Parts: sequence; structure tokens; C-alpha cells
Amino acid sequence: MQTETRTTIDRTTTSGGTSISVMRFTGDISSASKESVLGAWQTVSGNGPVLLDFSKVEYINSSGIGLIITMLMEADKSGQKVAVFGLTPHFQKVFTMVGIGKYAGLHKDQETAAASL
Amino acid sequence: MVITTGTSVEVRLPSRLGFEKVAMGTAASVAQLMGFPPERIEDLKTAVAEACINAIEHGNQLNEKLSVGVILSASADGLEVKVVDNGEGISKQPPKPDIDRKVHGEEDPRGMGMFLIQALVDEAEWVHDSKGNGSYVRLVIRLDRESEFDKESK
Repeated sequence: MQTETRTTIDRTTTSGGTSISVMRFTGDISSASKESVLGAWQTVSGNGPVLLDFSKVEYINSSGIGLIITMLMEADKSGQKVAVFGLTPHFQKVFTMVGIGKYAGLHKDQETAAASL
Repeated sequence: MVITTGTSVEVRLPSRLGFEKVAMGTAASVAQLMGFPPERIEDLKTAVAEACINAIEHGNQLNEKLSVGVILSASADGLEVKVVDNGEGISKQPPKPDIDRKVHGEEDPRGMGMFLIQALVDEAEWVHDSKGNGSYVRLVIRLDRESEFDKESK
């Protein structure tokens, strides 16, 4: 019933020369996404700034938000910067409501998110 | 098709995670026919999904022999949604989630569901049926209002 989560990682470089990992999610982000999301996170954890791309995600529930907070916990511990982009207006509101914006800037697109890091 | 006052739609879900999306889709269809604006339909979808997840996980303990009932009732000014399970309900509201405590590992990173429900709809109440017929959460979303969060954001 839940759409499988696919997480891919690619790298980009800012105009200032900073190398950034981009985690791109496709499908739902829910309790069933744990292995896909946190497994991919382990490959970028502690390894420079990270962008989280939600532009191909249609459904995020509270368990999915818990996975995102788990990534932010680890990023906070290691001083790793994280920014988010591609959320629908509704999930931008939900992320703001739960306070995620305090630990990861919420941006419209990849360019503005990358520039914030 | 137009939804008129008194129209009721019922869905029964197996207690398996993922089926909350069936209730979410049904609620969205009813709300659309009632003329809710798209942003309120999104609020409703998240609130209904979270209420169903709580019923499946906590109320029915993921027991697939038990079902979760979702009853949508239209009125002149809004839509009421009851999500019924076989559990004992909640004795007290959990504290409001604290993002700082969560990020610093002092609080479970999950546990946002009830907070989101309350933040996204106009009324939310958790009712325990003393006759042992299960418990339900009752949500109301009104046609003429925007969410408190959207109002405060302006």
C-alpha cells in the first residue's frame, strides 16, 4: 500500500567550490522508509554539507518526519549543515510547525538551498 | 455530484500501516466535493492519515484481524471525521513535541502525530467508549476557516 522509498545520492559543487551531497527521495517517507533513508544517510553522515530533495515525494507522515529528525540529530552531533528543498507548500508548513526549520533551512529549490550552506 | 448536509461515507481499513492512505484519499474526495480549498484538503489528509496510523498502531496494535472505522459526515459548515479502533484510548494528551529535545536525543524523534492533528484541524477530541466498544478520535474541519497556523503566518 505504501509507495516504496528510493533514495539516491549525488554530489554538486557550489559557486564557492564547496562540495555538497544531495539526497534525493522518491515515493513516500514513512516508517517503511527507514532502511532506504537512514541507510543512504550513513553514506553521507559526517561528510560535509547535505541537501535533502523532497521534490518527488508526495506523502510524508509523522514516522517519516521522525526519520528526518534522526538525520538532523546525527548532523547536529557532527556539526554537519543540512538544508531542505522541494517540499510542497503543505509539507513546508508541516516542517515549520514541528520546528525542523530550526535545524535545516527550508528552501524552494536546489540553488537557493545550496547557496544557504 | 454534490455532497449535502447529512451525507455520510464510511470506510473500514485493515490494521496494516499504509492503509491510512485509503482513508486519506476518501476524505480528500469528500472534502473536494464539499468545496474545501486545496490547502485545507491537504491539512485534512495529514490529520486523517495520522489519526488512522494511531488507530492501527496503538489502538489495534497492528492486529490485522481488527479493522479501523473511518466515518465522514458532512454538515452545512464543515466535515466531521471519526476514526474508531478497538483500543482503550488515551488517558492524557502527550506533551507538545519539542524539536530541541528531539534533536538532542532527549525525546523520541517520532511522536508528532497528535500534535499535527490538533494543529491542522479546527476541533480534535479523543473519546474512550466506556461500554468497551472501542475508542475514537473525532476531527472537525470547517469550510469557512483557514488553519490557525496559516492565520498566524500572515
